[in-house]
Amino acid sequence: MSYINKPKVAHPSLPTNSLGMTRRQYEGTMSTLCAGCGHDSVTAAIVEACWGLSLQPEQLVKLSGIGCSSKTTAYFVSGSHGFNAVHGRMPSIASGANAANRGLTYIGVSGDGDSLSIGIGQLVHVIRRNVNMLYLIENNGVYGLTKGQFSASADVGTKAKRGETNSSPPIDPVLLALTLGATFVARSFSGDKAQLVPLIQAGLRHNGFALIDVLSPCVTFNDHEGSTKSYAFTREHYHAAVEADFVPRAAEISVDYAEGESVAVSLHDGSRVILRKLDPSYDPTDRSAAYRYIEQKLKQNEYVTGLIHIDETDNTEFHNLNRTPKAPLNSIPYEKLAPGAAALGKLMERYR
Amino acid sequence: MPSVMAEASRVNDFVIKFANVNGTGSASANSLIMKAIFRMGVPVTGKNYFPSNIQGLPTWYEIRVTRDAYVARASHVDIMVAMNAETYSKDIRELRSGGYLIYDSTWPRNALLQRGDISVIPVPLARLVNESFDGARNRVLLKNIAYAGVLAALLDVNLDVISGLLNESYGKKPKLLDSNTKALRLGYDYVKEHLTSPLPLHVEPMEKTRGHIMIDGNTAAGLGCVYAGATVGAWYPITPSTSLMDAFKGFCERYRVDAETGERNFAILQAEDELAAVGMVIGASWNGARAFTPTSGPGISLMNEFVGLAYYAEVPCVIFDVQRVGPSTGLPTRTQQSDIMLCAYASHGDTRHVLLFPANPEECFYMAVQAFDVAERLQTPVFVMSDLDIGMNDWMCPDLKWDDAYKPDRGKILSKEEIDGLEKFYRYLDRDDDAIPYRTLPGISPKAAYFTRGSGHNQWGAYTEDSAEYQVVLDRLKRKFANAAKCLPKPVLTGKGSSAVGIVSIGSCDGAIREALDVLAHQNINVDYLRIKAFPFSSDVEAFLKSHSTIFVVEQNRDAQLKSLLTLETAVEKSKLFSILSYSGLPISAQPIIDHIRAKLAEFPRVTAVPR
Repeated sequence: MSYINKPKVAHPSLPTNSLGMTRRQYEGTMSTLCAGCGHDSVTAAIVEACWGLSLQPEQLVKLSGIGCSSKTTAYFVSGSHGFNAVHGRMPSIASGANAANRGLTYIGVSGDGDSLSIGIGQLVHVIRRNVNMLYLIENNGVYGLTKGQFSASADVGTKAKRGETNSSPPIDPVLLALTLGATFVARSFSGDKAQLVPLIQAGLRHNGFALIDVLSPCVTFNDHEGSTKSYAFTREHYHAAVEADFVPRAAEISVDYAEGESVAVSLHDGSRVILRKLDPSYDPTDRSAAYRYIEQKLKQNEYVTGLIHIDETDNTEFHNLNRTPKAPLNSIPYEKLAPGAAALGKLMERYR
Repeated sequence: MPSVMAEASRVNDFVIKFANVNGTGSASANSLIMKAIFRMGVPVTGKNYFPSNIQGLPTWYEIRVTRDAYVARASHVDIMVAMNAETYSKDIRELRSGGYLIYDSTWPRNALLQRGDISVIPVPLARLVNESFDGARNRVLLKNIAYAGVLAALLDVNLDVISGLLNESYGKKPKLLDSNTKALRLGYDYVKEHLTSPLPLHVEPMEKTRGHIMIDGNTAAGLGCVYAGATVGAWYPITPSTSLMDAFKGFCERYRVDAETGERNFAILQAEDELAAVGMVIGASWNGARAFTPTSGPGISLMNEFVGLAYYAEVPCVIFDVQRVGPSTGLPTRTQQSDIMLCAYASHGDTRHVLLFPANPEECFYMAVQAFDVAERLQTPVFVMSDLDIGMNDWMCPDLKWDDAYKPDRGKILSKEEIDGLEKFYRYLDRDDDAIPYRTLPGISPKAAYFTRGSGHNQWGAYTEDSAEYQVVLDRLKRKFANAAKCLPKPVLTGKGSSAVGIVSIGSCDGAIREALDVLAHQNINVDYLRIKAFPFSSDVEAFLKSHSTIFVVEQNRDAQLKSLLTLETAVEKSKLFSILSYSGLPISAQPIIDHIRAKLAEFPRVTAVPR
């Protein structure tokens, strides 16, 4: 962990967002993760993304399960409520919290152990339920807090620090989410902040469940030779298919994109994602094609990154299907919820 | 005069049992008869003994006609409507001497005539129905209505009342109304033409059901959740709790949907399992909604980890445990009170929880509302300990009433203004010295933000592994629980409290105990009775245990769980407590309680129950 406490006073020259807030004001408590942990880079990307979106800190809700990744919700946006749930069960907390108040922005941070083993049932069902949230998996292929056991995302043939080789096939969260009909599926790398920040911003603004699988190496237990989740291996084998630029609502598109290579997708709130296809044959709006492409590249040991699939036409978001009013359920006055004495009197006739 | 002792007159005091095959539509015929008797002003109680099956297994329904308005199961049968050939021999054995057996004589069965001490009433039901109706399924369904007609004639149940009920059910479907009315008359007219009616056991109109309803506890609890202002319900289907969420949904669709926009002021989440169901409740409650989950024993087992989090992180949540027979899958469609210890100490680590014990559907309604108030006041999980007997059977209850002045007790939730007025907010600080801290909801202000966690936290809401800081919070939680009894429903004392002998019990044992007390009083055995309505126990429970020298603890499980809880959580001497246990899966009846108390008191001649 880093022992350097940052000064509380912000220098006047620090840039501010449209709320007049500095990046510093989107940080949380000091990280207790190992120095060089990929997760800390993801935390930094979340800070940058929230600052860039000018999110009101209190409008964000941070949720997590148990594990190294799940600790990180304490390390960003200290002005937001956070909930560190039990192992693998963050999705149910998120589902309930989101049901109670649809007006807030929900970010869940999980890990490969939390999401792909103990919590895979809840992950599967939160996708199916299409809860409006951004779900980040900080994926490093190992259990860190219990000292380096393989997780369910460990690749066949990858070597543990103590030398044993994994022989069980991995579960890929991206393929899983595509199968289940998720409408926003991305993969990134903790070491690629330029790619990750706009993905987080777009994911937060997507109306529905958004999954980002972030390859986030564990420097202590899975960064050695023979590991397929190390920094070195990931850098060599990751392959960006689609880069996404996030353009907030009301902002101008200021970059010139070459014709035919870019597609603008409007998000629910009026902001846009500009998708730059690095592989011209790739179509991120075609779920089946995306699935085949990712699967094929995985077989070649390549992690395809970027915004792998997006569908902004989908209308199955939980509250949309439930026909919940715009006003959060937790804000509806009691008088509107209880039918009253007269109605009860009338109802009694049904039971005579 | 109570039925268990009196034989003099059996008008409005007898038990009918229907033996059927499940999935044949017998339930509507049985409730038709029960409701008709209820509408004649005669108290009734109905108990359904059904298999964990969809179609083809034996099922029984029992109607107790009880002019004294007893609510417990009677432990005898006066009239058996034997419609299931597979269970004939068992059903005949169950009949009390002098009882009546009604059977379908389309296929004569000499074996049924072996008992000389009962009267056999043959009615060729299948033949009557087959001659009048077409279609196999139709005939099966209408045969049930035909035996309802037979009973109406034999018991002198007012035919107009039954027609009225059929009208209410099928008024909008004239074809169904016609066929049901015709089937009813088939049975009724057959009796009038061929048999002597009414039987000595029959119904005469009374005035004892006015101001009362017939309702099951799950419906009442679901309605209570609506009146409590619950907006989020999460659940995983499990017998016998499923109908609670069905009821909540039905009432919400009636009362919570905006007529103009179609917008729904509620959200129901059918979870992937009970682990998720309770997680959703915790998430929604944490975020400021009133949220609940109905379940049964196996679901509680799965919820244990999350319940510990809610206890330690102090998140309100309301859990209805409609108890059924365990262990494991047990007898999923039979009743028991066997989750008492499981719920009282649910989860790992030092945890203790608030339990409410409704005794009937009426209390399910009021306690549902109370459960939310208590959960939010104390910021802790609250279990409403119903059971299958209360939850799924129709009980006669006084009309449910509502006070429009009721305001939900949301507990200590700081508003934005209050937060603005604070220098800093600390989540777990005991500011008021009542062991209850203040909480905030997301979305209010960055100053209100805090981090909820099940790992070690100090009173300021920060992560800690410091022993002293951890203990400050844990000790406050203990104080909070100790204080909790003050805001929970008080126990109900029956009797003057002056007898040396007492009964302590909970929940659905109440009806059987009250009936037993009446019978014992006629035999000059006067016993005080304290019905506990909540855990942690109030000082009244401690006082009752102290002031009685012989105490019978009545409960429906094998291991005397209530007795265990009393010995753990009060200063009572274990040797004063005697268990009366019922764990057959059938609701407890008065007779075993009477027998047990008489036998025990005979062992201790000097322990006399003083007259009232």
